[in-house]
Amino acid sequence: MRTGILPKLLLAPSVLLVVACVYGYIAFTIYLSFTTSTLMPNLEWLGTDNYTRLFDLENWKVSLRNLWVFAGLFIGGSMALGLILAVMVDQRIRAEGAFRSIFLYPMALSFIVTGTAWKWLMDPGIGLEHSLREMGWESFTFGWVKSGEMAIYCVVIAAVWQTVGFVMALFLAGLRGVDAEVVSAARVDGANTWQIYWRVIFPQLGPAVVSAFVILAHMAIKSYDLVIALTNGGPGRSTWLPSVFMYQYTFTRNEMAVGAASATLMLAGIAIVVLPYLVSEYRNVARHG
Amino acid sequence: MGSGADKVSRVALYGILIFLGLLFVLPIYVMGVNSLKPLDEIRGGNLMALPMEWTLEPWATAWSTAQIGVQPTGLKPYFLNSFLLVVPAVLISTAIGAINGYILTQFKMRGANIVFAMLLFSVFIPFQIVLIPMARTLGMLGLAGTVSGLVFVNVVYGIGFTTLFFRNYYAAFPGELVRSARMDGAGFFRLFWRILLPNSAPIVVVTIIWQFTNIWNEFLFGASFSDYKSFPLTVALNNLVNSSTGVKEYNVHFAGAFIAAIPTLVVYVLSGKYFVRGLMAGSVKG
Repeated sequence: MRTGILPKLLLAPSVLLVVACVYGYIAFTIYLSFTTSTLMPNLEWLGTDNYTRLFDLENWKVSLRNLWVFAGLFIGGSMALGLILAVMVDQRIRAEGAFRSIFLYPMALSFIVTGTAWKWLMDPGIGLEHSLREMGWESFTFGWVKSGEMAIYCVVIAAVWQTVGFVMALFLAGLRGVDAEVVSAARVDGANTWQIYWRVIFPQLGPAVVSAFVILAHMAIKSYDLVIALTNGGPGRSTWLPSVFMYQYTFTRNEMAVGAASATLMLAGIAIVVLPYLVSEYRNVARHG
Repeated sequence: MGSGADKVSRVALYGILIFLGLLFVLPIYVMGVNSLKPLDEIRGGNLMALPMEWTLEPWATAWSTAQIGVQPTGLKPYFLNSFLLVVPAVLISTAIGAINGYILTQFKMRGANIVFAMLLFSVFIPFQIVLIPMARTLGMLGLAGTVSGLVFVNVVYGIGFTTLFFRNYYAAFPGELVRSARMDGAGFFRLFWRILLPNSAPIVVVTIIWQFTNIWNEFLFGASFSDYKSFPLTVALNNLVNSSTGVKEYNVHFAGAFIAAIPTLVVYVLSGKYFVRGLMAGSVKG
């Protein structure tokens, strides 16, 4: 059927909104990062000074260092534990549905909710340390959340706990999609379960691993709520991430241009992770219809 | 015919699974039991123990008298804000997504691929990149610090997801159904209303659950664009827990966190299958 004017007319508002509020705003924020904006946006051109200043700021260096630690452990931990969970759940166990639901339910909760729960659970004054000592384990110590050096690992623990069920579900879908004939052929050839997993099944999980990596990496760069609820960036600034830096500089320290520069770099990080993935996925879709 | 070794490894498997299961339930269990204890029992006792003296007081306090910022209003008004935010934002973004998905799959248009690519990338962007201009826009529209402003923001940044969900669903829609309806002279709305929509129940449910969960749990927009009157529940909860004046009422914090968790937990328990489907659809977006 001929495409009349109506479909175009109905699609137009969405297209305009996305062009303006996504791409227009991105352009505006990038532009702001080259201006002298402080408390309010202004359009006076400054050049790359904000980026120079950004790279010199200790707060940014801390945020970036934290992001590497957090992203590395969050991605690695979620993938490793997610794969282990998926393999265990895939062993024709009883109550599979119940186990899956339990491992996945944190994904339905707000990071503010789970951050609150973990905040007090890991608090040495009332949480695990206090409780296990009450139960008789006098020497038990767990005060990471109060330590500038260790607090970032608490964020990792809570983030992995929240997300690993999702990675499990992704991998489980991958495991269930493995060609059963190849597996039984390997079994006939005398391969044991361990070999079958390592040589036959895991190599076929490639696409699931790539999807999981891209999604976890972009979540890591965007992570904000959990840090705010769990440590509020502290102790001191020891758990700042670029997202926390951006908010602080833009809205409380009146250095909007520096905040815009940090947001621009966050976007760049996500583009580096996501664009190659989207392009290759999209090519596949275009090829296979 | 399980051999001895098999049996041992089976038992070990269940042992590990049950242990991990308990570990996963621990935070919500801790939230639950400690929201039902008096404060001294938390301070002097064990976070994992059941209450010795059961009380609903923390829930009542969290709901109606706890201090959120400056006002002792409890979470009640903010719970209401979140509902007033979520219901229109979910319905509007889902409706827009359905229409867009229909148009993008059933009508040939120049630039459809570009529109699709732009929507696809938009679901990944870090929202920090739009905060500053959006704050200006809301100010100019007179929507700064209002629930309507948050509805607008969540709809705008939800369109990408909802459109992709419906686009992928309608791309696999049986072409014969659409063609025969067109032969019979069905127009634009009739085709959508009579043919596609009645067959869209699964994707509508998936989209609504996805949007509901995301917007209910949303924090950054709420923290950036709302004020004491229009905070969504997540922002109010964070204020309750992290405002450091006076005695820390852990039991009230746990009750508050539980209150904020209930709506999405209920949705998850009732329709986890669709939630998982949304997660999967949201992660393999091609």
